Amino acid sequence: MKTFFISLISGIIFAIGLSISGMINPHKVKGFLDIFGNWDYSLAFVMGGAVGLNYFTFKYFEKKHELNTPTAIDKNLIIGSALFGIGWGLIGICPGPGIVNLINFDLGILVFVVAMLLGMSLYRMQTGKR
Amino acid sequence: MTSMILLPLLGGILIAISTTLMLAQLGKITGISGIVSHSLSQFKLGNDWRYGFLIGLILGGFVIKMLYPQFFSYPISENYLKLAIAGLLVGYGTRLGHGCTSGHGVCGMARVAKRSIVATFTFMLFGIITVAIEGLL
Repeated sequence: MKTFFISLISGIIFAIGLSISGMINPHKVKGFLDIFGNWDYSLAFVMGGAVGLNYFTFKYFEKKHELNTPTAIDKNLIIGSALFGIGWGLIGICPGPGIVNLINFDLGILVFVVAMLLGMSLYRMQTGKR
Repeated sequence: MTSMILLPLLGGILIAISTTLMLAQLGKITGISGIVSHSLSQFKLGNDWRYGFLIGLILGGFVIKMLYPQFFSYPISENYLKLAIAGLLVGYGTRLGHGCTSGHGVCGMARVAKRSIVATFTFMLFGIITVAIEGLL
């Protein structure tokens, strides 16, 4: 119960962060990726703020937990990240904002999220991994 | 200034607080693609933290939309075929690469994990290339 409650609160805070920062807005995300065009640098502050603060807090808290940290740079890491990048660039939505955007009750978002779940299932069927 | 720097920065700090809470209290790395994928592949008690987080994401979005609808006032104007292709690539790619903007970007980069730095650099690069090509078409 405690686990559920803490993750619930974390999810709420995360969604508020995504919403007010502009990360849920696909037009802003595409503007951020458009460095050769009309670049909107504002989302750099989201990543900068999050990573900057986490750098210190994670250093402190990760010692208290046993985390599994694989180090191999393999083909799947690169190909998977590249495919994700292409999908992200096409629409401007990554998994977190995809879920938060569901509350817009927009058919386009639903198409995106269902396709995302299908893509994940495809990986599971192909590899037997989760 | 507010919308270009302060709100993104505040949002980033909230995301850091959320992911730090997950690590400090539950020993979990907040990787949303993994959370979504695991939640759907198997219904079990050990997934409670994943269900909680996803319900929280939706609740948090709902609260902001009720209080400050301006943050949600953008059209999704892309055609459905493009949305479906992008969704498939994001879903499959994040599983093959074991992470997305949250797990690799926000958490892994903060831990200076080599895999996450490579992953983040790769998806940023391909996102930039995709938008650039689209701009030329």
